[in-house]
Amino acid sequence: MSEHAIRLTVNGRAVEARVPARLTLVDFLREALRLTGTHTGCEHGVCGACSVLLDGRPVRSCLIFAVQAEGGAVTTVEGLAPEPGAIGVLQDAFCEAHGLQCGFCTPGMLIAAEALLRATPLPSDAEIREAIAGNLCRCTGYQQIVDAIRLAAQRRAGSNLAGERHDR
Amino acid sequence: MIAEAPSPFRYIGRKRRPKEDRRFVAGSGRYVADLALPGMLHVALVASPHPAARILAVDARAALALPGVRAVVAGEELAQATDPLLSGLDIPKVRRFPLAVGQARYVGEWVAAVVAETRALAEDAAERVEVEYAPLPFVIDPEAALAPDAPPVHAEHGSNLLYRRKFVWGPVAHDFAAAPHSLSFRARWQRSATVPIETFGVVASWDAATRLLDIWASIQMPKYPDQLARALRLPGNAVRVHFDTDVGGSYGVKRGIKHSVLAAYLARKLGAPVRLVEDRLENMRGGDAHGPDRLFDVSVAFDGEGVVRSLKLRALDDAGAYAGRAPLQLGKPVGAIVGPYRIASVEYEAISVTTNKTVQEAVRGFGQSPTNFALETMMDRVARRLGIDRLELRRRNLIRREEFPYTIPSGSTYDSGDYHRVLEKALAEAGYDALLARREAARAAGRLAGIGVACCLEPSGGNSAFEPLFNPKNETTTWMESCSLKVDLSGTITAAMATSSSGQGHETLVATVVGEVLERDPDAIRVVHADSLTALPSNSPVGSRMAIMLGGAAAGAAKKLKADLVAIAAHNLGLPASALDYREGGVSVRGDAGRALSWADLVEIAHRKFHLLPPGLAPGLQAFHVWEVPTGGALPTPDGRVQMYPCYAFEAHIVYAEIDRVTGQVRLGAYAVGHDCGTMINPDIVHGMTYGGIAHGIGAALYERFRYDANGQLVSGSFMDYLMPTAHEVPEIALVDHCTPSPLTEFGQKGSGEAGYLGAPAAVASAVNDALAPLGLAVAELPMSVALLGELLATAAG
Repeated sequence: MSEHAIRLTVNGRAVEARVPARLTLVDFLREALRLTGTHTGCEHGVCGACSVLLDGRPVRSCLIFAVQAEGGAVTTVEGLAPEPGAIGVLQDAFCEAHGLQCGFCTPGMLIAAEALLRATPLPSDAEIREAIAGNLCRCTGYQQIVDAIRLAAQRRAGSNLAGERHDR
Repeated sequence: MIAEAPSPFRYIGRKRRPKEDRRFVAGSGRYVADLALPGMLHVALVASPHPAARILAVDARAALALPGVRAVVAGEELAQATDPLLSGLDIPKVRRFPLAVGQARYVGEWVAAVVAETRALAEDAAERVEVEYAPLPFVIDPEAALAPDAPPVHAEHGSNLLYRRKFVWGPVAHDFAAAPHSLSFRARWQRSATVPIETFGVVASWDAATRLLDIWASIQMPKYPDQLARALRLPGNAVRVHFDTDVGGSYGVKRGIKHSVLAAYLARKLGAPVRLVEDRLENMRGGDAHGPDRLFDVSVAFDGEGVVRSLKLRALDDAGAYAGRAPLQLGKPVGAIVGPYRIASVEYEAISVTTNKTVQEAVRGFGQSPTNFALETMMDRVARRLGIDRLELRRRNLIRREEFPYTIPSGSTYDSGDYHRVLEKALAEAGYDALLARREAARAAGRLAGIGVACCLEPSGGNSAFEPLFNPKNETTTWMESCSLKVDLSGTITAAMATSSSGQGHETLVATVVGEVLERDPDAIRVVHADSLTALPSNSPVGSRMAIMLGGAAAGAAKKLKADLVAIAAHNLGLPASALDYREGGVSVRGDAGRALSWADLVEIAHRKFHLLPPGLAPGLQAFHVWEVPTGGALPTPDGRVQMYPCYAFEAHIVYAEIDRVTGQVRLGAYAVGHDCGTMINPDIVHGMTYGGIAHGIGAALYERFRYDANGQLVSGSFMDYLMPTAHEVPEIALVDHCTPSPLTEFGQKGSGEAGYLGAPAAVASAVNDALAPLGLAVAELPMSVALLGELLATAAG
């Protein structure tokens, strides 16, 4: 199995590794870096549980290889918090609206929502549903997730510091 | 608007953040696949490509030649070392092991397990395992499976019939003869399931020195540790299941007993921790997590006013190739066989067959949702036959508030309800008159538009007495739950529950209930999941039971603790307990609040000052409570009457749908639900599960199906083919609460974990049929997929 050296940043931290060519990005994040917040649900690009930001855009980390992230900047759910032990406005809104149940799709939902809110700070409900339509959730029926993202958008818009600490 | 009575509760029923959410949004959940033990090995499975075939040989040489491959194990070896997995029925000749033994019986059945140092290596090696098969005749259709000449799935069993019993409760023949009208129809609930986003996974580790098996699993299964020990021929106390493993969704199906027995066997054989996490195809084909697959034949007798007199229901269910607990899903509906209606007599024939399909497992509602679909289709058809409005028909048949407690012909007594009021609330929330106008406008514009109605029950918190009902050798009549509680020297409270959770918010439930009883802040109460050796008896979060049963156990433990606190205070204040007031953890003399002992004082006495403890009270502050189902447990009568469930929640759904005339695609335009599950412990959690249940129900109604082709191949084994609703398909849902407290529970709570799912399929089906009615069409098959409706419309259009 051919191996390749890769360099990338993950949650702002520089990472260098040698990886097999066939290693997916999600397996690299979970197994090599032990960032287990990113989940594998279907491993064929439908469910969205493995979503991460790559250079600011949401991607399915089960559908790209680790070597393809060479030179890129990856943000996982662990990187959404403003600092270790804290949670950001978006994460806090998911708690406030109970926008989750089992938590398994949640990291992917947060990534999809983060990408949406960066591009569209005050989205309509239709835009929220469109943004998360590539992420399957079997617990919530999506309603409280939509509520959570709407709340996060409102709170961010009303805040001077988008990433301010909401550590209850 | 009438003001609601003020809540008698301090924490219960109020908006409070679930305790669990924070770790999940931080990406700090601990799911089984997140676990990495030193030296851990990985499993990949070799699956049968045939629906039925003798296994002639398994050649693992090429696989074992790959570096890093540690073992290849086939069925014969495993069957020597383990006992068959338990079945809910008395069918000893239908033997089920984690790997096929001698014969494969469905496509995807696991034939061999490959263990290697990484999952990728195990998959590489699995492709090199050569299995020689001799294909056999097979049967996929449940009715065909009952034919005398059908290919036998288990030749030793003698036929494909696993269970058949006809129950007759009340004068059915007389009532049919006396009723002026009757009608019959057939309804089909095709095979679907809850399909959690996390597949099933298990990690097993065997310690040869202590002879202890440690298990971490994404499990939601009653008596799982006991079943593991039995299959592995181990003493019960040699199996330690770590219930603090987060479970990424289940809704019934996470019952990986075969996976767990296999992983445990491999861990013990190889002397290393073994991880088996299904990939998606393994999950869909071979994970044994399909849901009910049911054919109903319904006959109903009624009078000219639309009052239903009697009902005959025949349910034929396809269990798949083996039978665990799933056939008992024909048993739960006995507890609500007439739905929310006054029907005086019932005949119910329950039939379970085996076919060459993936094994069925428990799904949310345990067979109640398909039954509700059949009952509600029946009500719609009676209304249509008589030309009576569907809502009016239901109002005439719904049990009235003043009739509770109400005993149905099959022997269950419904605790409480106000069905008419909840239906009216749902109609008001839906804006029913405006919906009617919207439908008429759409129809006038040439579109197919309909409104769906469903009134359904959620039996909850049962004692599992469908086990003796379906298998007299099994005398199960208790389905207890437990909670233990302690206050430590620092004065903080820790509660331990005895099972794992899969999103239901049990930590919040326990903290809220304990906080309510002890008048302490629930946010400061820690709730842990014990492991199976330290846990008290539990039956896992099934059957919509935890608010009732774990809530009852937690309240019971808290009340004992409170009594101890008061006893300590009484002893030290020199007064009887009846002269004291407990308030927020402190105890004071009634009428003299200055004479008091604080929480800190009482904790200090309990933990340090034996000389101040009342005689007979143990030091420390701890209590546990094991709670039986509030209506207890008794064996069924000879004619099969039995009280299984104590509490009955009710839901009324109103949904608006339009069907594209060309494609057959259904779009849901509005959705409202009236829901009464008694007192809600945490409304956000109840609402969330209800929304999610509706989404599941929409999936079962319109999209989701494990479809088999004529060759016995599963053709919807990926998320590209097994279609689940996204945020586009699930509409905004308007939920309106009502509270009829249960007289049987501590706080008036009923079950709610199956809410939404129990009515949504029926409601969506009702809307589709209302939309089709102007064309003279009717359909009683789920899912009402684009393929099904498109073809129906094309045929009708000629």
